[in-house]
Amino acid sequence: MTYMKKPSVRHPDLPKNELGLTRRDYEGLVSTLCAGCGHDSISAAIIEACFELDLPAHRLAKLSGIGCSSKTPTYFLNRSHGFNSVHGRMPSIATGANLANRDLIYLGVSGDGDTASIGLGQFCHAVRRRINMVYIVENNGTYGLTKGQFSATNDKVSQSKKGEANLFEAFDLCTLAIQLGAGFVGRGFSGDKGQLVPLIKAALRYNGFAFLDIISPCVTFNDHEASTKSYGYVRAHNEAMDRLDFVPKLQEITAQYEEGETTSVPMHDGSMMRLHKLDKDYDPRDADNALAILRKRYERGQVVTGLLYVDDDEADLHELLNTTKEPMNAVPMSELCPGSGELEKINKDFR
Amino acid sequence: MSSSDVAVKSRGMRPTDISDPAYFHKVVDCQWACPAHTPVPEYIRLIAQKRFTEAYMLNWESNVFPGVLGRTCDRPCEPACRRGRLQEKPVAICRLKRVAADYRGDVSDLLPKAPKKKNGKRVALLGAGPASLVVARDLMPLGYTCVLFEKDPRGGGLMRTNIPPFRLPEKVLDEEVGYIVDMGVETRFGEEVTSLKALLDEEFDAVFVGTGAPRGKDLNIPGRDEADANIHIGIDWLTSIAFEHTKKVGKRVVVIGGGNTAMDCCRSALRLGGKDVRVTVRSPRADMKASDWEIEDAEHEGIPIFDNHQPKEFIVENGKLKGMKFALVEAEYSDDGKRTLVPTGEEVVFECDDVLMAIGQDNAFPWIERDIGIDFNEWEMPDVDKTTMMSTRPGVFFGGDAAWGPENIIWAVAHGHQAAISIGLFCHGKDLKAERPAPGASLVSQKMGIHEWAYDNDYSEDGRFVVPHQDQKITLKDLKAEVELGFDDELAYLEAERCLNCDIQTVFIRDLCIECDACVDICPVDCINFTGNGEEQDLRPRLRVPASNLSQDIYVSDVLKTGRIMAKDEDLCLHCGLCAERCPTGAWDMQQFTYVERQANPAGQPNCMAYIK
Ligand SMILES: Cc1cc2nc3c(=O)[nH]c(=O)nc-3n(C[C@H](O)[C@H](O)[C@H](O)COP(=O)(O)OP(=O)(O)OC[C@H]3O[C@@H](n4cnc5c(N)ncnc54)[C@H](O)[C@@H]3O)c2cc1C
Ligand SMILES: Cc1ncc(C[n+]2csc(CCOP(=O)(O)OP(=O)(O)O)c2C)c(N)n1
Ligand code: SF4
Ligand code: SF4
Ligand code: SF4
Ligand SMILES: [Mg+2]
Repeated sequence: MTYMKKPSVRHPDLPKNELGLTRRDYEGLVSTLCAGCGHDSISAAIIEACFELDLPAHRLAKLSGIGCSSKTPTYFLNRSHGFNSVHGRMPSIATGANLANRDLIYLGVSGDGDTASIGLGQFCHAVRRRINMVYIVENNGTYGLTKGQFSATNDKVSQSKKGEANLFEAFDLCTLAIQLGAGFVGRGFSGDKGQLVPLIKAALRYNGFAFLDIISPCVTFNDHEASTKSYGYVRAHNEAMDRLDFVPKLQEITAQYEEGETTSVPMHDGSMMRLHKLDKDYDPRDADNALAILRKRYERGQVVTGLLYVDDDEADLHELLNTTKEPMNAVPMSELCPGSGELEKINKDFR
Repeated sequence: MSSSDVAVKSRGMRPTDISDPAYFHKVVDCQWACPAHTPVPEYIRLIAQKRFTEAYMLNWESNVFPGVLGRTCDRPCEPACRRGRLQEKPVAICRLKRVAADYRGDVSDLLPKAPKKKNGKRVALLGAGPASLVVARDLMPLGYTCVLFEKDPRGGGLMRTNIPPFRLPEKVLDEEVGYIVDMGVETRFGEEVTSLKALLDEEFDAVFVGTGAPRGKDLNIPGRDEADANIHIGIDWLTSIAFEHTKKVGKRVVVIGGGNTAMDCCRSALRLGGKDVRVTVRSPRADMKASDWEIEDAEHEGIPIFDNHQPKEFIVENGKLKGMKFALVEAEYSDDGKRTLVPTGEEVVFECDDVLMAIGQDNAFPWIERDIGIDFNEWEMPDVDKTTMMSTRPGVFFGGDAAWGPENIIWAVAHGHQAAISIGLFCHGKDLKAERPAPGASLVSQKMGIHEWAYDNDYSEDGRFVVPHQDQKITLKDLKAEVELGFDDELAYLEAERCLNCDIQTVFIRDLCIECDACVDICPVDCINFTGNGEEQDLRPRLRVPASNLSQDIYVSDVLKTGRIMAKDEDLCLHCGLCAERCPTGAWDMQQFTYVERQANPAGQPNCMAYIK
């Protein structure tokens, strides 16, 4: 970590977005994570994505659990709402907040320990309930904050820094998310912002549960020769399935691809995802195909990245529950709690 | 713009050669801009540490007159200062130099001495301005016999005769001229050189001409001769004040000219009894030649400046100056930017008792015979070699304002150092170009521990501090009362902290980089990029912030593992070291770059040598 604060001075020619803000206006405090941590790059990618989407920071809420990854919301978007919950419990907080105010954008940040161990049950139900949120796992294959124990996403072949073997098979969070019905599932790598930033942008614009598993090397405990979550390994085995262009509403499509290789996926707000296939066998709208390819490639030791699955027609929790369009925290108290007379009436119906 | 959006290109810019001292020297904007290449950031750090004597000596070795320059330097370093490119004012480099001079301890034991045993070489120095004095300072400790000719009764040149004492107290000048003359220079003060030919007969091994540009320009318009008694050439008038021949001036004074001499004239007039003193300039105000701070000081004393006023006529009544007539003009610019001043047809008259003319200086060499091998060009200026300072006659050198026309003190100093090197080589039969000493340079890591550096890397958010001034009730009454009071040590510390330490370089070690992006993300001014290579004109616009300042270089690495390169725009780097603090592998290191111009007498540069380490 660094002791001095990041100077507030900035480049006078720094580009500005529609709101007149620069990317530096989306920053948070200086990170206290280890120098070179992948999590910091993900924070930078989130900053870039929010800047490019012209998001007003106060319309977004950051939610997290416990872990180095879960600490990172302090390091970006310091003008947004935030809740740093207990270990593995971020999905509950997200569910509650989302029900109370459906108008905010919810960005959950978690770790592989926070999600795949202690919070696994919570995670599964958040997916199942189709909470309208972005759920990011900063996946380093280890419990970074508690000094480097294997996590449930650490591959069996991937030894510890001191050479201890890992006895258990890893499970794949993207596979799990697709199986549980997440409508938007992608995998990125902290070391490739060119791929990551559009993924985050599209996830933020997606209506429904958007899951991103982002491989994020832990420079201190899991960036060694025998690790499969190191910068070196991921760079050498990264297999991108597609290339995503996020095209905001009212903006012209500029990237040109051959006919037939590009799928356009409309988003709720009128923006568009343009998916350019890099692997001809891959079809991100077919869950069975996606699951099969994920398994096959994993067996070959490849790290499959890109937008892996998308359902542009998924209903989120509010639609399923048929809640009011108005955020509940804005519904007048008299309607929200119509009084004991009304309660009596309802109770009577059950007698 | 993110990395993988850019196709990886293998061809393009070549990796930067940081072993070439010119590369990092250019990054130290102030030192690069200083004609004498004074190691600015190093002395600023010494001031912050309250090591004033060391800061003074480091300056003295490079620029010879820190006390004088700390008050009067033209400060080319300040417009160059990186801080000024961050939408802020530059570091007050010049006034910090003054702090080193004001608070220094006794330096007499630290000054080089001339040896008892001379080396048998005799050098004539013509004119006792800064240029000649520097040649003496560099050569005396080597055993040369230096004979200094000066028509005035005392040494210092225009520093004494033209820079008024309210800007430069006599004591400060005396001390620093004394350090040199007291080495045992043979002075022939009060002796005007009237024939170079005759002087050459005196058997000197070398002659240095440092006689300045002594002729003030005149205006030949109607009334000039009739009103002569009340029309004064600015530089001559200032000289006669300095030697106390002139002690007062009329109540209403018109100053003609928009340069620094005009500013010194009007402010002096105010102190010698002028009540209504006005400055008139031919050009629009924005084109005035005077430094902004000199104009500011004059206006602060209540002197109005009338621009677009072209002198037409001296109005004379009964053989006495009555006033000055001006035609009003307007500047028009042609497509290629050329300016013409077009009369508007209007005329005005300023009534006045005296007129001071400060419209420029010319060189004049009536005392140099044209048949002794010194070639003069069509403007009557000698042909002087830019590197060696030697004229077309071997052994005769020029420097300061005498070489290429009026400049300033710090240029005179730089010329003096170069001329001294040449004279040394010439007297020993060596080649003036091939055997010139190369500058010294070194690069030393500042790392002391994790996130601990041998310099203070934190960034000060303070704006430029203002130098306190003496009360005008005192200064306007007394020609000798210094206007600026200088920073005290507390203000000096705060101002010193504004310096970005541009000599502490970011050094990139390609083989250690794992391309984690940590440095890109932390850099406060978005200097660092990992991207596909390309030719410079292709690379510059596609950096995180397009690198539009072409005077600043792009630091480029060799190809990295992903096929990309590291490209850093040096332009706005704060030298804050955050990149190095965030790098997990030590691929960035903060290293102090030191650069020292060699002088004729390397032994006279002990502080600079220590500085090279
Ligand atoms: C009014 C005024 C204000 C200035 N203010 C500043 C300032 O604030 N900062 C700055 O950096 N620069 C300033 N300058 C410019 C600066 O003073 C000169 O550029 C500098 O002094 C040049 O140094 P030099 O050694 O070449 O010659 P000079 O300083 O001009 O010295 C030449 C000397 O040679 C003597 N001399 C000439 N001919 C002969 C001869 N034939 N025989 C014997 N002696 C002779 C002269 O008497 C003089 O003493 C100012 C100039 C003027 C006119
Ligand atoms: C209830 C509870 N159990 C255990 C812990 C100890 N603990 C803190 S962080 C952590 C693991 C974090 O791992 P991960 O989510 O992968 O985060 P990382 O630090 O790797 O980013 C554990 C077990 C805790 N804080 N609370
Ligand atoms: S910030 Fe300091 S080192 Fe940099 S140019 Fe300015 S004075 Fe020189
Ligand atoms: S020292 Fe490093 S982090 Fe600081 S401004 Fe320069 S390049 Fe950026
Ligand atoms: S922080 Fe270090 S290792 Fe990471 S990209 Fe920068 S130089 Fe390379
Ligand atoms: Mg983890």
